[in-house]
Amino acid sequence: MTERKIRIATTSLAGCFGCHMSFLDIDEQLVQLSERIEFNRSPLTDIKRCGPSDIGLIEGGVCNVDNVRVLREFRENCKILIAVGACAITGGVPAMRNYFDLRECLEEVYLHGAGVTNPQIPDDVELPLLLDKVYPIQAVVPVDYFLPGCPPPADAFLAILLPLLNGEASPQMTDRRLYYD
Amino acid sequence: MTQLKDTIFIDGKAIGFTEGQTIMDAALSAQVYIPHLCHYPGLTPSGNCRLCVVEADGRMVAACTTAAREGQQVSNNTAELSAARKAITQMLFVEGNHICPSCEKSGNCKLQAMGYYLGMLEEHYPQFNPHRALDASHPDIFLDRGRCILCGLCVRSSHDVDKKNVFAIAGRGADARLIVNTVSGKLGDSNLDVGDLAANICPVGAIMFKEHGYVTPIGERIYDRQKISDVALNEHVLEQKGDKAR
Amino acid sequence: MADFMADHLLHRLYRLQEKHRHIPFQLMVEVARESGLPVSQVAAVVNFYSFFYQQPVGRYHLLFSNCTSCGYQAGEVNLLALLRQQLSIVPGQTRTDGVVSVDETSCIGMCDHGPSMLVNGAPIVNLDEDRIRQLCGLIAAEQSLDRWPADWFRINNHIRKPGLLLNAPLQSGGSLSKALAGDAQRMLESIVQSGLRGRGGAGFATGKKWLFCREAEGDARYVVCNADEGEPGTFKDRVLLQCHADALFEGMTLCAYGIGAKKGFLYLRGEYRYLLGHLQTVLRRRYDSGLLGASILGQAGFSFDIELVVGAGAYICGEESALIESLEGKPGIPRIRPPFPVTHGYLGCPTVVNNVETFIAAAHIVQDGSDGFGAVGTEKSPGSKLLSVSGDCRTPGIYEYPYGASIQQVLDDCGATQVQAVQIGGPAGSLLAKKDFNRRISFEDVSTGGSFLIFGEYRDLLSINRNFARFFAHESCGFCTPCRVGTRLLENSIGKIADGRATWRDVDEIKQLSRIVSRYSHCGLGHTAANHILDSVRHFPGHIQNVLAQQAFTPAFDLDAALETARQLTQRDDADAHLE
Repeated sequence: MTERKIRIATTSLAGCFGCHMSFLDIDEQLVQLSERIEFNRSPLTDIKRCGPSDIGLIEGGVCNVDNVRVLREFRENCKILIAVGACAITGGVPAMRNYFDLRECLEEVYLHGAGVTNPQIPDDVELPLLLDKVYPIQAVVPVDYFLPGCPPPADAFLAILLPLLNGEASPQMTDRRLYYD
Repeated sequence: MTQLKDTIFIDGKAIGFTEGQTIMDAALSAQVYIPHLCHYPGLTPSGNCRLCVVEADGRMVAACTTAAREGQQVSNNTAELSAARKAITQMLFVEGNHICPSCEKSGNCKLQAMGYYLGMLEEHYPQFNPHRALDASHPDIFLDRGRCILCGLCVRSSHDVDKKNVFAIAGRGADARLIVNTVSGKLGDSNLDVGDLAANICPVGAIMFKEHGYVTPIGERIYDRQKISDVALNEHVLEQKGDKAR
Repeated sequence: MADFMADHLLHRLYRLQEKHRHIPFQLMVEVARESGLPVSQVAAVVNFYSFFYQQPVGRYHLLFSNCTSCGYQAGEVNLLALLRQQLSIVPGQTRTDGVVSVDETSCIGMCDHGPSMLVNGAPIVNLDEDRIRQLCGLIAAEQSLDRWPADWFRINNHIRKPGLLLNAPLQSGGSLSKALAGDAQRMLESIVQSGLRGRGGAGFATGKKWLFCREAEGDARYVVCNADEGEPGTFKDRVLLQCHADALFEGMTLCAYGIGAKKGFLYLRGEYRYLLGHLQTVLRRRYDSGLLGASILGQAGFSFDIELVVGAGAYICGEESALIESLEGKPGIPRIRPPFPVTHGYLGCPTVVNNVETFIAAAHIVQDGSDGFGAVGTEKSPGSKLLSVSGDCRTPGIYEYPYGASIQQVLDDCGATQVQAVQIGGPAGSLLAKKDFNRRISFEDVSTGGSFLIFGEYRDLLSINRNFARFFAHESCGFCTPCRVGTRLLENSIGKIADGRATWRDVDEIKQLSRIVSRYSHCGLGHTAANHILDSVRHFPGHIQNVLAQQAFTPAFDLDAALETARQLTQRDDADAHLE
């Protein structure tokens, strides 16, 4: 009898997909890993909605309505939710807009910025509305584990995933060297 | 009990001290690390960061400002103190704008290194996102006040060692911020020099040299290779003063 | 130069503030040059004290108290909101015509007079909706303050229950002549014998303090009276300064005689500036009677001068070492202690800092002997205590009790019925529930500097917690991390709970945070800033339980409110422009 595969979902909110790239950097170990895991919603698959999963990996912070909805969808469907990388954990580089008011930001970019030809702040209902700040994901949903780094090194993914795959309750992230950059 | 004379006990370990030394002085001379950010051996201690708070004979005191007393029992490495130090470090992170991936100080930053040392995985508290003015008026040095942790090391260095009195901290409570002691309030009008201790001692990325970006790659910097607990045991103003280039 | 007021940095800055309605950076540079101080020090002082501004305030500058007893929400209507609407003004901003500005300020010590504010520094009291409307009319007509109704400015003493100190007025110079008839050592011994303890709340033995100071090495010694009564809900020093200033100065002079000081300071909180004229008159009288100055009462070699220094809006200056920093023309940041002021105080010299009430009690002890004093009160807390009683009661005012009086007795005497809780010792003190009303005012039980706030059953205690949390965040000096950051986090966190956006997790969080702020901060402000929260959690768990959200987790912030700016900018209000 084959063991049921552990189902993993991943997404990038206000992030750059760098964490996903770093995940892929585990190289040939992906092959071994793939015998034990399968992917649900993820940029690696074409699944549009997160289904019931064991582990959710969230890259990027929360900057708009869409991010909130996706994040909630992951939280509802994933038994374990992991905040991956500086942006998910602190807001990261996108959160540098937090030093300014949202109004200032949008007016600078869409009204007064250099090279603006048709000044107007986009208001199409298709566009996700922006939050006043970029927030860490744990400000919006409960998070089980944190994987810091920009991006977290490839081996850090293994360091947190392998114990979880082996059913260990709480991987000790602090046993390995931490990096915030 | 004559062997108790001039001895304190840190987590049970007997440590000698000389008259006039603080708990921090005694600990560092005995190569015992007590976490600290606003203290730098050789400068007058301030006691503002509160990371070095220890329990000495049942009282919570800052190790850097409390005199060592014969027979004193000091707890330093306890679960409660480590948890509190982590919380205080998180407070410093959320109070300012500390985005490590975008900061040239990353890897050489003591705030970050403290986070590593204490196993800080997230900032925990809501971020303040302060709007604090940048000062790039000096030809060689810039001030990014968003990253300042108000430790006052530059203030004390400039006043006590460089004898220039370039910096001060002004404003109350959450409005506290680093100011420059010139008639324009601008750093460019000060006589701060790249060789000054005050220009080199900033533990975070608030006082930075211009045109020195990424000389040492990320991953090969001080706290990428060493723990703050090891680096801190070998720090003294005298050595720092001679070490102009970073 | 005004009488008995040196050209102190705070006074110089006050004059500039009065003249220009703000202190722009160029003026700071000028002051620095004239007074030989670093620009950074002058700038740090201007930035530290609430009553100095870097942007011009209005010609009518209104500072509404935000105390729970004398604040804009002490009655049923939010009077600040009314003021804001009537004057078309945003608090914290000066109206564009420059006529008026409104802001809030910490307790101004008018808690026995209902909602009160400072208008260009002068207190006006008993405000209600009518008065606010009239006041706005006077401002619209640009009527000068001296033509505003005089009774608005009338401050009553409200001495409801006099005791040991208030019942027995001192004869000016009486205790001093008695002391001078013997030697200083004997006078000090009588203070020690009386068991008098500092009335500020901490309760250090006064006689011992004076003896230590006398014995400490130093080129000069100083006497400092702490009249920076800033604990919200306290106003007994206001009344003592008004009615018993002579006894106060006599107590200070006795102290000077005891410790060998030639110079003393009375540090008056900026909110009580209106008392200056009165204090100057009393001082002048004492100089004229040979009770101050050179050769006091003809005793060659005993000279003592008192100088008045007025603060500029900073609660922390009530902490004795912060007060000394302020006296030295610096921001009020508490010093590292030890060394204590008694050995290293003003200008590094041995200094006695005592509260107004303590000096007056000392004068009584010297006049009437220590036995009578010790006969009143409890064994560990001899003498009497003045309480500033306010809040939900019939007769707010000053009540003097022998130490050991029960809380219930105070409540009965002031006509407080249906009481839910009392806050004793101000926001930094203890919040007590009914079951504790049999406890006693004393150093060994419920200690207080004098603030006694009563909260009736209809009061929302969480809004009180919120008020207090805000107070500490505003008054934290900013020196140390746990207090500077922690008090703001507490304010944020109690706000989340009070708004009904919190879960039990947040309650656990606030308890942990409270512990860190109180155990790891540098000074008493941080050590006590979370007391009210911990007391609320301990004694009134039901209040918190009632407002907790019925879910396991709630976001750290109000998601929908965080979309408001974007909604405005895009003029969207569709379903996707909202979040639950």
